[in-house]
Amino acid sequence: MRTDSGTGARRIREISYAEAIREALREELLRDPRVFLMGEDVGIYGGTFGVSAGLFREFGPDRILDTPISEAAIAGAAAGAALTGTRPIVEIPFSDFLSLALDQIGNQAAKMRYMFGGTVRVPLVVRSPAGSGTGAGAQHSQSQEAVFCHFPGLKVVVPSTPYDAKGLLKTAVRDDNPVVFLEQKLLYKDTGPVPEEEYLIPFGKAEVKRAGSDLTIVAWGRMVGMCLDVAERLDAEGISVEVVDPRTLVPLDARTITASAAKTGRLVIVHEAVKTGGFGGEIAALVADSEAFPLLKAPIRRVAGFDIPVPYSPNLERNAVPTPERIEQAVRDLLSPREKLAGSIAGQSR
Amino acid sequence: MIALQPENSTEAASASAPSAGPRPGYPEPLLEDLYRRMLRIRLFEEEIQYHMSRGRIHGTTHLYVGEEAVAAGAAANLSDLDYITSTHRCHGHAIAKGSDLASLAAEMFGKRSGVCGGKGGSMHLADPARGNLGGTGIVGGGIPIAVGAALSIRRLGQDRAVVCFFGDGAMNEGTFHESVNLAAVWKLPVLFLCENNLYGVSTHVRRSTNVQDLSLRAAAYGIPGRNVDGMDVLEVYRAVGEALSHVKKKGPLLLVAQTYRFLGHSRSDSNVYRTQEEIDVWKKKDPILRFRRLLIARGDLSEGRISEIDEEVRDEVDSAFRYAQACEEPGLEDLLRDVYAD
Repeated sequence: MRTDSGTGARRIREISYAEAIREALREELLRDPRVFLMGEDVGIYGGTFGVSAGLFREFGPDRILDTPISEAAIAGAAAGAALTGTRPIVEIPFSDFLSLALDQIGNQAAKMRYMFGGTVRVPLVVRSPAGSGTGAGAQHSQSQEAVFCHFPGLKVVVPSTPYDAKGLLKTAVRDDNPVVFLEQKLLYKDTGPVPEEEYLIPFGKAEVKRAGSDLTIVAWGRMVGMCLDVAERLDAEGISVEVVDPRTLVPLDARTITASAAKTGRLVIVHEAVKTGGFGGEIAALVADSEAFPLLKAPIRRVAGFDIPVPYSPNLERNAVPTPERIEQAVRDLLSPREKLAGSIAGQSR
Repeated sequence: MIALQPENSTEAASASAPSAGPRPGYPEPLLEDLYRRMLRIRLFEEEIQYHMSRGRIHGTTHLYVGEEAVAAGAAANLSDLDYITSTHRCHGHAIAKGSDLASLAAEMFGKRSGVCGGKGGSMHLADPARGNLGGTGIVGGGIPIAVGAALSIRRLGQDRAVVCFFGDGAMNEGTFHESVNLAAVWKLPVLFLCENNLYGVSTHVRRSTNVQDLSLRAAAYGIPGRNVDGMDVLEVYRAVGEALSHVKKKGPLLLVAQTYRFLGHSRSDSNVYRTQEEIDVWKKKDPILRFRRLLIARGDLSEGRISEIDEEVRDEVDSAFRYAQACEEPGLEDLLRDVYAD
């Protein structure tokens, strides 16, 4: 079995992000009879975004369980099942609904191992699609990864490619801790290379998605692709941007992030979630508190969602979260001469 | 030293006469077992109260004194393989389910040898080896967990059941509704066992719930609902036994045990919301004294045998608390341990 490291020279097939997740589910269901999937409409309907399509037919109602619309009971029952010898995977149709299950995830599942003195294991995966861009309004569009990072005991995964989604989900299912796996709903149809043979991606290992020398962007989820596009465009002008994807926020690969910031001397953090209290602040603080700090040539800049609920109207929705233009501007600001940079800092609005 | 004080008044004796009607003949070891389980809980908690009042145990605690018949009568139907989920008032459940008293006492003192390594404390006693999936500080928080344990039982094809303990207050949490419904549609082997002690902290169930017979709520989920006198350990034992055979064959059942906590909700409760008269009336139904009188009156156990058990349990509890106080506290090397499983 391969572990990690992406795409070799050999040409491999391309499948979508949703298909990659489905493959991971299927392989883990086949591998371990203790694994089962439950959630609202995951059965014959195939899941709200079609991710579990076909699994019900293959594995039947004992392994693919349609539930009532009861997020707290779903998450709590999954925690109870995980405590007692099975390995549940839960799908919550929109990550905004996780707030309905937050006590069970953050107060029960996350704390049990520590609170009970290490006597239990809670092998539980909570999958849920996150992010804006579907016109579904404020209660179906949020990105709340930071919320879950704030509960010790949880692991938090935000995959940015089909390859990562599959390898990380398989690792999540085999992990003996509760894992919050935040799928990116706008990426479900995006395709990318995924090898036929089995592989796992370890948690806590960032990937440098693009090497560069002038500036580091740390981004996760849907923002990674957007940042790579920006980096590609700037490359034509001779600006060399490195893009680092932590892939798992808990555990976090601090070493790769600080090493990259130390190397380039400039750091932009990009996330779709709102800026205040977002995980970007944590990464900025991490770098500011590291050996990379004295090597920085410019302030650390965050490009994040504005501090607003996600609006409906397409033009508003698109601009509520980072755009290529805002990312590019941040990169240019940090690379500009000192006086101009001072101006951009003064003019930066929250 | 604190000891169980038998009430001597004749009024108390008549008020707590054995339940009417014929009783099935129970074997002596079972009767001893029920008595012992209740007494362990009572003496253990009296020790907690004693040490807490002297500042030797920190934090808060929710004592179960008065409610012992529920945990004891229920747990006597269970093996270590059967599961329970518990509440913030979890000492009685943990003791009845068979956890080692010394480890429980050590947990109360925050010691490394505690059942949770000193990291859980009074509200979080868990003992997976005994099937105790833990107490929780969140009212209603354990109810979905019970459903999940039953789901594992189903998935793994085990001949086990889950007893889900919760209070009257938890019945107004959303998790109660969601979980009972889920267990009912999936016909999972969970006994939902409500300990109705009449108060959610200070609020009487009359003021929190528009249905006074809480077992009626079972109808909303299409499952049987029953009541039992939670001050009568034999009645609880019988009712839980019957409920469990239903639960294993046909799915969940709601059993409401009418009980009462003799002490305050927690350490800080000064009982301003209820009268001494009310408390006294219930104390006359003290499940331990009542059972002891019954055993003697029926000749099930001799006074001499009961005194022997009293002594044995007294010694067991004393030795548990001596052990607990002598144990080491966890060190800083334990602080960051066990957040995650490897």
